[in-house]
Amino acid sequence: MVGAGAHVSSVQPEMVAVLESGSLPVRRRRLSFRRRLFRVAGSIFVVASFSVVAMAFLSIVGDVFYKAMPGLNVRLLTESSTGTAGGLKNAIEGTLVLSLGSLLVAAPIGIAAGIYLNEFGSNAGGKILRFLSDILVGVPSIVLGYVGYITMVVYLGWQFSVAAGIITLSMMLLPYIARTTELALGNIPQSVREAGFGIGAGEGTVILRILLPGAMPAVMTGLFYALALSMGETAPLIYTAGWSSYMWNGHFTKEPIGYLTYVIWTFINEPFREAHILAFSAAFLITLVILLLILGGRWIMVHRLRRMGSYR
Amino acid sequence: MKLPLFRIGLVTTASFLPLSLLLLILFLVVYSWPAIHYNGIHFLWTNNWNLGNLYGNPVTVHGQEVMPGARYGIWFLVVGTLASALLSLLFALPTAVGAAYFLAESLPKFLSGPLAFLVDLLAAIPSVVFGLWGYALLIPFLGTDIFPWMAKHLGFIPFLGGDPGSGYGLLTAAIVLAFMIIPLISATMREAISATESTLKEAGLGLGLNRLEVFWHIVLPRLRTTVIGVSILALGRALGETMAVVMVSGNALNYLPGNIYTPISTMAAFIVSQLESALQDPTNMAVEALAEIALVLLLLSVVVNLLARIILWLAQVRT
Repeated sequence: MVGAGAHVSSVQPEMVAVLESGSLPVRRRRLSFRRRLFRVAGSIFVVASFSVVAMAFLSIVGDVFYKAMPGLNVRLLTESSTGTAGGLKNAIEGTLVLSLGSLLVAAPIGIAAGIYLNEFGSNAGGKILRFLSDILVGVPSIVLGYVGYITMVVYLGWQFSVAAGIITLSMMLLPYIARTTELALGNIPQSVREAGFGIGAGEGTVILRILLPGAMPAVMTGLFYALALSMGETAPLIYTAGWSSYMWNGHFTKEPIGYLTYVIWTFINEPFREAHILAFSAAFLITLVILLLILGGRWIMVHRLRRMGSYR
Repeated sequence: MKLPLFRIGLVTTASFLPLSLLLLILFLVVYSWPAIHYNGIHFLWTNNWNLGNLYGNPVTVHGQEVMPGARYGIWFLVVGTLASALLSLLFALPTAVGAAYFLAESLPKFLSGPLAFLVDLLAAIPSVVFGLWGYALLIPFLGTDIFPWMAKHLGFIPFLGGDPGSGYGLLTAAIVLAFMIIPLISATMREAISATESTLKEAGLGLGLNRLEVFWHIVLPRLRTTVIGVSILALGRALGETMAVVMVSGNALNYLPGNIYTPISTMAAFIVSQLESALQDPTNMAVEALAEIALVLLLLSVVVNLLARIILWLAQVRT
């Protein structure tokens, strides 16, 4: 630029005035072909990859809803499944029993583990615990199911049962709940704890009366997510909870129970149209409830956090 | 003595987590010990799963009672598991990184929030619903239209030619698995991209790069460790995925994939699909051999997750 300017000023003095008044012709360097290709192809790739993911989501939800439509009527809720036809009353009940039961078992333990990790977990023991709990998240759910099978179903002689299903599921939920509790408590400023100790409250009081209520929205979101997770699971239940076409009779052992995800993967292999519609109806119900639970968790988070201003 | 009680209670409950991991391994080792003893180490690389003559009388081999002719070798499962997981990672990684860039960098905030939530929701769809989608929508479409076309026109590429099959197989399983691990990779990458120092990005923009070039030349190289860590984590997820694979993989037995359309089975899928027939074995050796597969799968996923966590810890990311 300097060279060009000097050249201009030396040969054509009248041009200098034009240049200084600001109408310098903008020098646009032409981009190399490679860079233009990269920009265009890269933009297309980026948009396409998001579109593929979004389309997959919409296609799953749309396909399940479209194929479930013929079966979505009140009989789903009022009749039990009779082999390959009927309703889904027993399966809906079973899914609720299993996932709420596993949440009841896993929530206290998971929340306690989360409290320990965040409040006292800065030492070596806490680090190991955190590390192992991260590894536990990665254990395939079928392995949990198989261990549940050889220990509770076979060795303890519970047979296919509600208790075996609930315990297996809750082992899967534990690390998730611990994790969300830990993160929720970690977001509370240190000064809140100091204020608690300052007015003479003990460790237990500070945690249970001050920190936990403050972290509750985030913990609840985690519990909603855990509930959604347990409702969608199949592999850990097939060989622990078994399957039953009848309503649950209230026994925890020696009594198999039905659940919606089992309907999905077995009924779709039946050669009957009614069975297929039931499978899609079950998939629709499960997907709907799971998406609602996650949206609900989000909503709690946003809504309650606004009111918890004192902790920020 | 109120405080120690509270602390002790917390420690006891918290130790359930590591304890359960150790118990899982212990139970599986103890239960499958006869099978480990009978099969030996070549269990992993022999390709012969045969329950033996279930109507014969049990014979005693190496001190273990088994059905005559029973052989347990899972090489086809090792190949199927690794091939489907690696192939799905191959599809998922570029797509997830592309989607993460699109959501984190190129959209106004009021749009990126809801659209990112859409991708996160994909992670919440149950495995069995993915399987149903693959079974009812993908397989008819891929098996009758796409795969024959690919086999015909892309057949010069190794593993893409040959018999396009019926739609059940390695490629379908990998595609379904890819959609299951994309949200995991994408969410982590999105956070990592947003957390990159904005001064770096601004410096790149100041040099005349556009945002995509800044991402490719500056941001992504900085996130190399994160990318590797989260990829291994996603690989671990894909290795252990069960229901979706059972429904779309074709559940091959003793069959090694010749091209990417071939039916396969994975360790997780095999455990689900075979327990019923394994229960026919009166010596119980088949059930114990399945427990050995579960043990192999557990150890594999522990090793993979260990590796991923260490790498992510080095990158100071915690997903």
